[in-house]
Amino acid sequence: MADPIPAISVKRLCKEFDGHEVLRDIDLDIPAGTTTCILGPSGSGKSTFLRCLNWLEIPSSGAVFLDGRRVGGETNAAGKVTVNRRELAETRAKIGMVFQHFALWRHLTVLQNVTEAPIQVLKRPRQDVETQAMAILEQVGLADKAHVYPHALSGGQKQRVAISRALAMKPKVILFDEPTSALDPEMVGEVLAVMRSLAKGGMTQVIVTHEMAFARDVSDTVVFMDGGQIREVAPAKEFFAAPKTERARRFLS
Amino acid sequence: MNGVSILWESRELFLQGALDTLTLVLGCLVLSLPLSILGAVLMNESGPSLKRALRELFDFLRCVPFLLLAYVIYYGLPELGVRLPPWWAGLVSLTLYNAAYLVEIFRAAFNGIDRDNIEAAQAFGFSRLQTYRRVILPQAVITAAPLIGNQTITAMRDSAFLMIITVQELTFTANFVSANHFSPFAPFAMAVGLYWLMSVSIEWVVGRMGIIRRSRYG
Repeated sequence: MADPIPAISVKRLCKEFDGHEVLRDIDLDIPAGTTTCILGPSGSGKSTFLRCLNWLEIPSSGAVFLDGRRVGGETNAAGKVTVNRRELAETRAKIGMVFQHFALWRHLTVLQNVTEAPIQVLKRPRQDVETQAMAILEQVGLADKAHVYPHALSGGQKQRVAISRALAMKPKVILFDEPTSALDPEMVGEVLAVMRSLAKGGMTQVIVTHEMAFARDVSDTVVFMDGGQIREVAPAKEFFAAPKTERARRFLS
Repeated sequence: MNGVSILWESRELFLQGALDTLTLVLGCLVLSLPLSILGAVLMNESGPSLKRALRELFDFLRCVPFLLLAYVIYYGLPELGVRLPPWWAGLVSLTLYNAAYLVEIFRAAFNGIDRDNIEAAQAFGFSRLQTYRRVILPQAVITAAPLIGNQTITAMRDSAFLMIITVQELTFTANFVSANHFSPFAPFAMAVGLYWLMSVSIEWVVGRMGIIRRSRYG
């Protein structure tokens, strides 16, 4: 039997900023239903790589596929990128994203933050979306905050709203860009708990994080990056028990 | 005849004058808000040459004394075959002048919006138009409200110049009443009082918006 199509497939991805190479020749397959943690020292290109997956950063060359369909546009040999904006937007709607600094829309209430994209982008009926949004907020323990504005929430609450906002789109994948790095230590747990239950529920998650214990216990696969390249891809248990590369060993010690 | 009885006798004229001024200012707002939003969006989104042309145009408009702009539009345009009645010439000048300032206000407000709020919209599949309509504009209008309010008060003060091109607004009325009764003090003081009252009302509306903003944004 042939392997099923990976949720995300990355082929020879490169990214340069002003002639400075940030990502080099990245190849990676992320199977559907798995949780992948991307680890690595600061400046290793983890966040840039994650942002290339939904083309928030436009790759200099290479390609990203979501369920076998190419994300974004074509990059020709000269590195010139042509973007089909409509297609890109349609693809992005299938990829949820959670940002380090929450990025909640500050002019909207919690409930409106969660319902905005499904109503505006997916054109789903408001009534349905609101019912579903309330159920999601219930699930992350924030139903009582539905009608307050983001500024009135703690960091942990904001990030749970941000995850709810991603979930409401019924995405195929959710990308997390250091979701707990901006949180007070005592709020990290409540956010990780939500991500843990998503992992159990079979959501495909790609997570850039510095939470080693979380990566070890919850993720299926660890991707270790350094210097703009992937140095190691391994099942989480294996990676933490016996990293294959010297660089990873130093990183973990 | 003393001042008070002059004013009492002319009360309907003053009321009408104040209403005409308000209509001018409201008309100017209704036209210049969308115009300046369009201008600000174009300046953000267009290529370098169009952006440059727009910048020159708005800078130029802001450099012209308002009275001269009104002269050019009312007395000058007929030479080019465009003849506007005084009221419309006044409204057009007021709108253009006001819009040139509002463009700058909106541009500053657009630039002040958190980058990540826009990025989140992109990441969730919003089109450029949806991003403006649903995220950038609502936030920009709320943050720019105090400046828009100030600009509206400035437009109202500028509208007094329009009596020179015979627009029948509040200053025109005061002038008319004072000439008819050979008594300048009371009619002009009345006009000043009415301008002040209208300014305070605009300030009040802006203040209300400020309260809404603080309750939401903290």
